[in-house]
Amino acid sequence: MTDLAIAVKDLTRKFGDFTAVERITFDVNAGEVFGFLGANGAGKTTAIRMLIGLLTPTSGTARVAGHDVYAESEAIKRSIGYMSQRFSLYEDLTPRENIRLYGGIYGLRLAQIRERTDRMLTRLGLAQVADQPVSSLPLGWRQKLAFSVALVHEPRIVFLDEPTSGVDPVTRRQFWELIYEAASRGTTVLVSTHYMDEAEYCDRISIMVAGRIAALGPPSELKRQHGVASIDELFVRLARPGDQTGGTGLLRPVKADDR
Amino acid sequence: MSANGGPATAGPYEHDAIRAESISKRFGPTLALDNVSFAVEKGELFGFIGPDGAGKTTLFRILVSLLVPDAGRASVLGLDVVSDYRALRQRVGYMPGRFSLYPDLSVHENLTFFASVFGTTIEREYEQIKPIYSQLESFKDRRAAALSGGMKQKLALCCALVHRPDILLLDEPTTGVDAVSRREFWDLLGRLKHGGLTTVVSTPYMDEATRCDRIALVHRGRLRGVDTPEAIVQAFERPLFGVRANDRYRALLALRKYEHAHSAYPFGDVIHYTDDRIGAPVDAIAGDVSTFLSASGFSDISVEPLTPTVEDSFIARTEDAA
Repeated sequence: MTDLAIAVKDLTRKFGDFTAVERITFDVNAGEVFGFLGANGAGKTTAIRMLIGLLTPTSGTARVAGHDVYAESEAIKRSIGYMSQRFSLYEDLTPRENIRLYGGIYGLRLAQIRERTDRMLTRLGLAQVADQPVSSLPLGWRQKLAFSVALVHEPRIVFLDEPTSGVDPVTRRQFWELIYEAASRGTTVLVSTHYMDEAEYCDRISIMVAGRIAALGPPSELKRQHGVASIDELFVRLARPGDQTGGTGLLRPVKADDR
Repeated sequence: MSANGGPATAGPYEHDAIRAESISKRFGPTLALDNVSFAVEKGELFGFIGPDGAGKTTLFRILVSLLVPDAGRASVLGLDVVSDYRALRQRVGYMPGRFSLYPDLSVHENLTFFASVFGTTIEREYEQIKPIYSQLESFKDRRAAALSGGMKQKLALCCALVHRPDILLLDEPTTGVDAVSRREFWDLLGRLKHGGLTTVVSTPYMDEATRCDRIALVHRGRLRGVDTPEAIVQAFERPLFGVRANDRYRALLALRKYEHAHSAYPFGDVIHYTDDRIGAPVDAIAGDVSTFLSASGFSDISVEPLTPTVEDSFIARTEDAA
């Protein structure tokens, strides 16, 4: 069991009377790509904030990279990488400066930073633009860089929060290849997304509904269990159990003649 | 259905709700829109599909008279977007991409405010907004800031509709909204279309294209095709296959090295593989690809011919520019 990157049991968080996350239990294996899905407001962000040491749980247990979320949140922050959809890089700084900044924040020595910077820039094909402001780079390049910067301290686990929002389809797919590559080197990836096709790229997914985990498993197995053709279909079915509009039918999927 | 290119006939606006001719717009070194022409027919649900930075927002801002194009001209409801902007603003409903309601006002207060700006009241327009407002009424005293993403979008749509516009322009109404709320929002747009309202929507989500009567693919300031989603997909010319094998990532890399490979991308639970042998028998290609993978040491191989999606078409039409 020491190979678990994340181990969560009955994790709960309340805000006053409201239970944002209610007794969720799941494990993520080392080197796994784990998709963390849920509708807006289902509790994903609260759960992630607890796992990365930014929010103390109300009850339950969780260990991330072997560290306890209650007592060792600082150790967790050092063992993980994090990339959010928008703010990840300083756009006025160059790629080289961004890498140096994040390397410094994570306490790498200057020699280490220098060595990793060169390796990273070469591998990403960004050596030519290493000293141009990030704002001048195409979005796809910025994203690759942001992902690599999140990995600069070689964390065991990287959390990606909607990393591909609004990105063009080719860049989105190239980004997923970086994810696969990182996973094949042993990095554990936990990724949240609104693109349901991306859910199918994951080894396993969880779908949160109203603070609980409503489905957990490999995408192919979940589809078989629920008798659906896609994760999109499963997501819609789980996220809206029954029609809540009081019979206006507005929440039902559109029929072909509805257009 | 040729909406793109060609000189505009100077006809009245009976057929076209929007007509745009050779619009260009530059911001410093960035050419945000490059010679964009299209027409939207009355009563159509028309979608601009493209990623962030493609130029969708610039185009919408020009169409609702908030920006002046550097070159070209456009008319909406027969009104020129530059010279007739005052008349135009009375008749369009516009929902900007960024949530632009007042976060400190309640749902009801926001709606009342937008109605009063256009000299009307919620009561007078109730029939028009009812299908959407009925979903918000139980939250009517809640501050807009405290609404969920999907609810905010519905409120913004209500506010854009409250003065009974003759055309609706919605800039990325579903961005960042979860898959279920997105579906609900498109259901609402389908309803408005039924009522005869011309609606123009932009979105980065390719799967939403099929909800539109016609779409324009937008990439780096240019239109890469304007047509029905069906016709866009039919124009895809390379043989396309869904490939599965035991180790997907390695299979993807291997496929790209295959001598006849045109492209290979992860796509949901399969790899979408296109072959450069246009016109060759599909079964023969599938057999070859399967043989190649098994010779490369993969197992559990399947290679199935696929019908392309709008996203495949978008990739095919933009990869040369990538």
